[in-house]
Amino acid sequence: MMENQDNILHEVTQSDYKYGFYTDIETEVIEKGLNEQVVRTIWEKKGEPDFMLEFRLNAYRKWLKMEMPDWAYLKIPPIDFQAISYYAAPRKKPKYESLDEVDPELLDTFNKLGIPLEEQKHLSGVAVDAVIDSVSVKTTFKETLAEKGIIFCSFSEALKDHPDLVKKYISMAVPVGDNYFAALNSAVFSDGSFCYIPKGVRCPMELSTYFRINAANTGQFERTLIVADEDSYVSYLEGCTAPMRDENQLHAAVVEIIAMDRAEVKYSTVQNWYPGDKEGRGGIFNFVTKRGICRGESSKISWTQVETGSAITWKYPSCILLGNNSVGEFYSVALTNHHQQADTGTKMIHIGKNSRSTIVSKGISAGVSDNSYRGLVKIMPGAANCRNFSQCDSLLMGDKCGAHTFPYIEVGNSSSIVEHEATTSKIGEDQIFYCNQRGISTEDAIGMIVNGYAREVLNKLPMEFAVEAQKLLAISLEGSVG
Amino acid sequence: MCVSVEGKEILNGINLEIKAGEVHAIMGPNGSGKSTLANVLAGKDGYEITAGEVTYMGEDLLVQAPEDRARKGIFLSFQYPVEIPGVPMVSFLKTAVNEHRKFRGDKPLSAGEFLKLMREKKKLVELDTELTNRSVNEGFSGGEKKKNEIFQMALLEPKLSILDETDSGLDIDALKIVAHGVNALKSPETSTIVVTHYQRLLDYIVPDRVHVLYKGRIVRSAGKELALELEEKGYDWIKKDNANQP
Ligand SMILES: Nc1ncnc2c1ncn2[C@@H]1O[C@H](COP(=O)(O)OP(=O)(O)O)[C@@H](O)[C@H]1O
Ligand SMILES: [Mg+2]
Repeated sequence: MMENQDNILHEVTQSDYKYGFYTDIETEVIEKGLNEQVVRTIWEKKGEPDFMLEFRLNAYRKWLKMEMPDWAYLKIPPIDFQAISYYAAPRKKPKYESLDEVDPELLDTFNKLGIPLEEQKHLSGVAVDAVIDSVSVKTTFKETLAEKGIIFCSFSEALKDHPDLVKKYISMAVPVGDNYFAALNSAVFSDGSFCYIPKGVRCPMELSTYFRINAANTGQFERTLIVADEDSYVSYLEGCTAPMRDENQLHAAVVEIIAMDRAEVKYSTVQNWYPGDKEGRGGIFNFVTKRGICRGESSKISWTQVETGSAITWKYPSCILLGNNSVGEFYSVALTNHHQQADTGTKMIHIGKNSRSTIVSKGISAGVSDNSYRGLVKIMPGAANCRNFSQCDSLLMGDKCGAHTFPYIEVGNSSSIVEHEATTSKIGEDQIFYCNQRGISTEDAIGMIVNGYAREVLNKLPMEFAVEAQKLLAISLEGSVG
Repeated sequence: MCVSVEGKEILNGINLEIKAGEVHAIMGPNGSGKSTLANVLAGKDGYEITAGEVTYMGEDLLVQAPEDRARKGIFLSFQYPVEIPGVPMVSFLKTAVNEHRKFRGDKPLSAGEFLKLMREKKKLVELDTELTNRSVNEGFSGGEKKKNEIFQMALLEPKLSILDETDSGLDIDALKIVAHGVNALKSPETSTIVVTHYQRLLDYIVPDRVHVLYKGRIVRSAGKELALELEEKGYDWIKKDNANQP
């Protein structure tokens, strides 16, 4: 593992945000602004079935009546929703059947990002759906997965090839009018990933969606829907980056997970959207709704997130524990530096009996950033014998940043037990000196200490992602000491 | 050399010369400035050097970053070793060893080579094998922490080792093991500063010189017999002799 330490050091000293490049590809962008006609245009461009027009317009009308949420511990500058273009796509071809057809610039982009789209080159069998500016450009290993009956494709393809499945499950976890950003997403989302694991199937490889914003002045609104049928298992990864730009860009995604009886879904995210520069210029506004329903008994949904990017993060991956004996987990590392703001956490709603949930949240704040944990644990009156354990830790670097914890706990019966622990600590000068005294530089020492602090969460990530995440944590803290 | 912390003078007039191959003991009552001296030599932040200089192998030591001093062979065995939760001892040590190697221009050790080296050095201080799988110093007993310091010394092979009360908190068996480890690492090229309250450790690590530090000043220096004298008479006579110190 420490093999990587040298590489990390190299990267730490090398660059600030190494994914900040822009790819010059021909892009089709529709007029800025949002109205019913724009919603129709998106629907037409995508050639979606009729029920989707209904779905989108319904969402749009709900959104019009809603207001930006203001309860988070965030200073959100006004967003002009008419100044954004709601659809951008690489012009060449909507979807590539073979790699020969892919724009070489685009291929190069994903190679630079470390996401090779050539299957034979691929690391250890991770199937990738690559989404650039809201459009899926390539899904790898589709055939291999199809042999097991697994559907893994872009959302657009799913609407063409499996409309009934999509219709059955879409908005089951996140209703159209759930919140302002979910409503907006439902009205204008352009693509994303769809995944269906049939009964009794263990998905033989990690499934992954890689999101990339490229075009300027566009919003990215993608949607992911994962359905795990009875007795199935899947581990899903999500990564994201964006070019460096001075203006802010909006990202409002929706992720829904449905787990049937005894199904298990692991969803891991390494969020590395452009965070803005050191003065707080630019960066992605990340307003994301992620929710899973454990519909079946003994089903399990596990969220793991490493959040290092975005200027503003507003995100609460949640579990509705409907099935008896179902399990919900949330493991999170959220790092903020410079002027970043994050308000993130989870909701665990216990409806089924004997349902259990675990929350481990590790906040790291540096610079003049603000980092908040916001969590709700709700146990319904009928949900007997439920358990929740929450651990919320904050680590502060310097004295100009903020860490805040907002835990909400509602327990509706007396047979359930909820435990909450919270700690706040400063990164210890003594710890750094101890490392220095053994020949380790301060920069490396901090990377090491922070990774140690986050270990419990990093351990939940699939191996390759864990290495990536460790590097990210170290890089993101560059320049935060001294 | 004179040193202050937050405007308070803690060391005022230290004069020491340590040659290669020598062992110097620094003794003195609590609060006399022993740890301060050790920390200043290792380069800990927060001390103001108000006067004086320190030369190490012909170079000005005080301008150097602590990690560079370490890489050039200065090792501090901490009086209170620090815990670093979640960082496995093995990774910590491998990073440290490879930083030292990089500084010398040697290739980094592979995981296999490092484990082999570790097994070898563990024997020296009879360190429980399982300890290196834990997080740095986390859940170690007092004695284990001290053994672990000497284990690290063995891995890093320093030129100047400063042992700050490495004997405190050790039972007699552990004390012997630790002393044996330190002696085994001694060579004509290495020097050692042993900071201690008690004569006990000096039975096993025999010093060439003994210095008594009191109120930030070296008030007496002599051969190893001084330690015995202190043991016999306690620190009171030193205190009495220096009663009119500020
Ligand atoms: N960081 C500090 N701030 C203020 N006073 C300090 C600090 N560190 C040490 N001192 C003071 O300096 C004196 C010497 O301390 P120390 O070097 O730890 O002594 P010893 O190791 O000999 O017991 C003590 O009076 C102690 O209180
Ligand atoms: Mg001391």
